[in-house]
Amino acid sequence: MNALKVLKIGPAASVQDGGRPGLLDQGVSRGGAADVLALAEGAALLRQDPGLAALEMGGMGGTFEATAPLRIALTGAPMAATLDGAALAWNASHRIEAGQRLDIGPARRGVYGYLHLGGGIDTEPVLGSRSAHVAAGLGRAVAVGDLLPAGPDAPGETGLTLAAEDRFQGGELRIVESFQSALFPPDVRNRFAETEFTRGSRANRMGVEMLSDGEGFAAAGQLNILSEVIVPGDVQMTGDGKPFVLLREAQTTGGYPRIGTVLPCDLPKVAQAQAGASIRFRWVSLEEGLQIQDAYDRALRALPGDCHPLLRDPADIQDLLSYQLVSGAVSALADPFATGGDT
Amino acid sequence: MTSHVASDFPMIRTVGLTGMLVTFADALSEPSNRATLAFRQRLEALGLDGVLETATSLASVYIRFDPAILDHHRLQARLEEELSTRDWYQQALPPGRRFWRVPTVYGTDLAPQLAEAADAAGMSEAQAIDSLGSARVRVLTIGFAPGQPYLGPLGPEWDLPRQTELTPMVPRGALVLAIRQFVLFSSATPTGWRHVGQTGFMIFRPESEAPFALQAGDELQFEPVSRADFLKLRESDAAMGGAIAEEIPA
Repeated sequence: MNALKVLKIGPAASVQDGGRPGLLDQGVSRGGAADVLALAEGAALLRQDPGLAALEMGGMGGTFEATAPLRIALTGAPMAATLDGAALAWNASHRIEAGQRLDIGPARRGVYGYLHLGGGIDTEPVLGSRSAHVAAGLGRAVAVGDLLPAGPDAPGETGLTLAAEDRFQGGELRIVESFQSALFPPDVRNRFAETEFTRGSRANRMGVEMLSDGEGFAAAGQLNILSEVIVPGDVQMTGDGKPFVLLREAQTTGGYPRIGTVLPCDLPKVAQAQAGASIRFRWVSLEEGLQIQDAYDRALRALPGDCHPLLRDPADIQDLLSYQLVSGAVSALADPFATGGDT
Repeated sequence: MTSHVASDFPMIRTVGLTGMLVTFADALSEPSNRATLAFRQRLEALGLDGVLETATSLASVYIRFDPAILDHHRLQARLEEELSTRDWYQQALPPGRRFWRVPTVYGTDLAPQLAEAADAAGMSEAQAIDSLGSARVRVLTIGFAPGQPYLGPLGPEWDLPRQTELTPMVPRGALVLAIRQFVLFSSATPTGWRHVGQTGFMIFRPESEAPFALQAGDELQFEPVSRADFLKLRESDAAMGGAIAEEIPA
């Protein structure tokens, strides 16, 4: 079996795919990758189906050893990555050989980095998905000693790269009104859009806290609301009027009122915002929101065509001397007396 | 929610970018829950092109759709048309429902907040067990966690508020109570509701062929058993804890 063996791993790493749509009526929220754009980018770089599963690494990567030759891609929050000590480009696809060791360090920007395998990570699906949904009792975090098996992979190209949209430092979130928006007086909704928030420290795959100075954002009759459906992107106001942007692993229903819903295409920006990142909300009409999302969906489908070969300027290659630039040439730094084999 | 005149309901509103919500009332009631279940069933039977998923909450039906196939105006018009075909508040409950009898130990160290709940309802513990153990409640909705039912309504004497503090953890199978409803927990969880009973009924088993035991509209009775009998049942019937189901004739 082609697999990656997990030798070291951060505390918040799990296998994720597109999640489990369709089980809302059974109380199971969709879940899936926190940054679905990263899933699509990895699939494009490996020329494969975006429905395949990848390893999501929250804040910190890990160390892996290949049991057989594999194709990989690295996307999402940029992390320092090396293969047997040699630097690997992020947002790119690579080939690794059996026994090679892949090291992925902490996130340099953003939160969630992704490690994709050619053929996808082929763990057993539960209820139609390989995504761990820990709050729902489905799956668990990846641990030291686990094997991440690769699905069948046709020999394919590697060495592709993709210019990634920078979504790792907050910014503007576009939001539409939803069924409870009218519970918030117009002046509260306006003030919400004029407020500069920072991402708070309470953040996980269920939702992200937004902090601001000044008073909270309260709804009228806030405590007498029947529990209603929650959708990803909903901005829920807790009892003291503090906003949480809910992500795809939020509970399926809730009683706290929601001022509006962030567009799906802006949710990677929420998940990837580091603590302290600055965030603003901008109201858009339903019509405008649909157009923005439609354009984004089209861009996502076009990603495979945006990949190009990973060409590096030799001046940027720190390990240039380890490359065999001319067949048979001898490196100036190599020990001429080394008998080889164990470099 | 601000008060609405009765004619505001049923009400259709948008949910985010690609959802719609049909709401039958702004407070929980028998007829509005009945309407919710019947209307969702009708939508499922219609199988409208572009509808991706439907789900119910206590008094609303949520519809998630693909606006590229079914746009907002057409879906809204279709929902209005469907709503006008009959009085949804008078509809029969959907067929295929089941009645579950679930052995339950009330109080003891296994469900330590019975005494407190009885007291708040102005009853002795024995009276509380009689009242709760004889109540036949319905799955009003499933939500919050996988397969987890909100059950009710209980009598007005059980209109107890949530606790101000969270109970840090109650076990899987815990029967908790607040605001004239039970919740039966599908996994260990913190809760602001009172833990009055404990069952061995595993309502969500992700690895099994039928992962979700209950459906909205099912009815349940939590029949009192002794602590000793409960422990025996849990041992001999790890998945169901002695719970048995029969079809409710349509």
